[in-house]
Amino acid sequence: MNQELRELYQQVILDHNKSPRNFRQMDNATQHAEGYNPLCGDHIDVYLLIEDGIVKDVSFKGEGCAISKASASLMTSILKGKKKEEAEKLFEKFHNMVTGKLGENPDIDELGKLAVLAGVQDFPVRVKCASLAWHTMMNALHNKDKKVTTE
Amino acid sequence: MRNAVETVDAVSKQKYDINKIRDDFPILSKKVHDKNLVYLDNAATTQKPIYVIDKVNKYYTTMNANIHRGVHALSQEATEEFERARIQIKQFINALGKNQIIFTRGTTEAINLVASSYGRKNVSEGDEIIISQMEHHSNIVPWQMLCMEKKANLKIIPINDSGEIIYEEFEKLVNEKTKFISIVYVSNSLGTINDVKRIIKYAHQFNIPVLVDAAQAVNHIKVDVQDLDCDFLAFSGHKIYGPTGIGALYGKVELLDSMPPYMGGGDMISKVTFEKTTYNELPHKFEAGTPDIAGAIGLGAAIEYVNKIGIDNIKEHETNLLDYATKQVEEVPGLKVIGTAKEKTSVLSFVLDKVHPHDIGTFLDFEGVAIRTGHHCTQPVMKRFNIPATSRASFAMYNTKEEVDVLVNGLKKIIEVFG
Repeated sequence: MNQELRELYQQVILDHNKSPRNFRQMDNATQHAEGYNPLCGDHIDVYLLIEDGIVKDVSFKGEGCAISKASASLMTSILKGKKKEEAEKLFEKFHNMVTGKLGENPDIDELGKLAVLAGVQDFPVRVKCASLAWHTMMNALHNKDKKVTTE
Repeated sequence: MRNAVETVDAVSKQKYDINKIRDDFPILSKKVHDKNLVYLDNAATTQKPIYVIDKVNKYYTTMNANIHRGVHALSQEATEEFERARIQIKQFINALGKNQIIFTRGTTEAINLVASSYGRKNVSEGDEIIISQMEHHSNIVPWQMLCMEKKANLKIIPINDSGEIIYEEFEKLVNEKTKFISIVYVSNSLGTINDVKRIIKYAHQFNIPVLVDAAQAVNHIKVDVQDLDCDFLAFSGHKIYGPTGIGALYGKVELLDSMPPYMGGGDMISKVTFEKTTYNELPHKFEAGTPDIAGAIGLGAAIEYVNKIGIDNIKEHETNLLDYATKQVEEVPGLKVIGTAKEKTSVLSFVLDKVHPHDIGTFLDFEGVAIRTGHHCTQPVMKRFNIPATSRASFAMYNTKEEVDVLVNGLKKIIEVFG
């Protein structure tokens, strides 16, 4: 496989695509938002359970490519237990990473496993796939009921 | 410097010399990610032969001027070439007169022209317009807009599991409220060739006019407006090896004559005073403003090129490719073809178990293969088959069996990676 392609589709991503974590509807969610990418028809629902400003639980349901599914799955894994403000900061950092704003040698320690998605910055048409779940999560966090679209 | 290809006789003398045809398309020798380009996105747009590129180039280098009314030599030459393209289109679709051919920016503008002009004049509250479930968005939205404005209703002909129109259901939809029918000749996402002649014949029993969206038809099958007896027909230049930004609308004279202009401006008038303006004759009544002159000349050249190869020869070649590809993908585990109509053009839409079309598209790109992934501007079709998107390989006159093999091997590699 080509190097660039290998960096995009790392084993972790293929694994999360095959068996996504927290892939379920949440009946006791305090917040929920729906995201949609009209370009490819990808569709995602993000559910949050927020108590005392802390993400007690987070899950997602939907349909999408490996990049969007893995991104959503990784997002839910990292957000559990985080404060609202921390979640917002992670969103910003993640967004900067996939849009290539962190430069050549980014400090991505705090992004942890999310760093596997750094390869997306070389594929401008796939950035929206990686960020759909995050934009939807932000909307849920701010309790906006409006549907998110990437266009 | 390379000599420009001045006459179409210089291209492809033999009956179907695929190597010679490929040589006529300069872009086909391009490398993508260090691989030979395998261009299988022809239903989105086709590549251009050097004959067309040279004609456009020649227009700008030797005769660029604004057309009509110019008394100088360049203007006359440009006008002559522009109007010659109109005659080429007229002959190509077998229209009776060249005044029935209106240049537009493409199929979309042609449909909008009819919806705005004919539609606004003839559709009122409670009336019905019929389209099918397999229309491109460009043959849905203009009618929706019209229906919204006029409080009219859009009725949809359903399709079966193979992606074919259910003709009995169509007949049931027709009633005294039906004012217009707009139907796609060949589906861009399924490849289905519709029996539009049957629909037109039925509609005409009730004097209902029919528009045929022939964007995906003209480059694959012989289109004859007199044989079809359609009232309007629209197509785009870029899908038939011509430039983007140019297309044509065909219409029956009595209908075009009865319609108000679509846009106001220069060229569409015969006399203007501040009190009253008299409109120009057909086809100029519908051609306000300076058109894409080079584009029209390029489209004329593309038609010449297609005629030289022969549309029936192209059809035969593409059918062989589609049959071969359909057979080859049967060996790809978990692959399902979407669109299995009996009558099809060379479109192979498919879904793979466990692999999303966008991932397929990115992987194939690294094999040099260009396909389209997504809903192909036919979201109702995706909904009908309960899928978010498909991968679509679409073949043109210059594609080969070897290229199909590259596609199929690429798909097998993807399955290995995704497991």
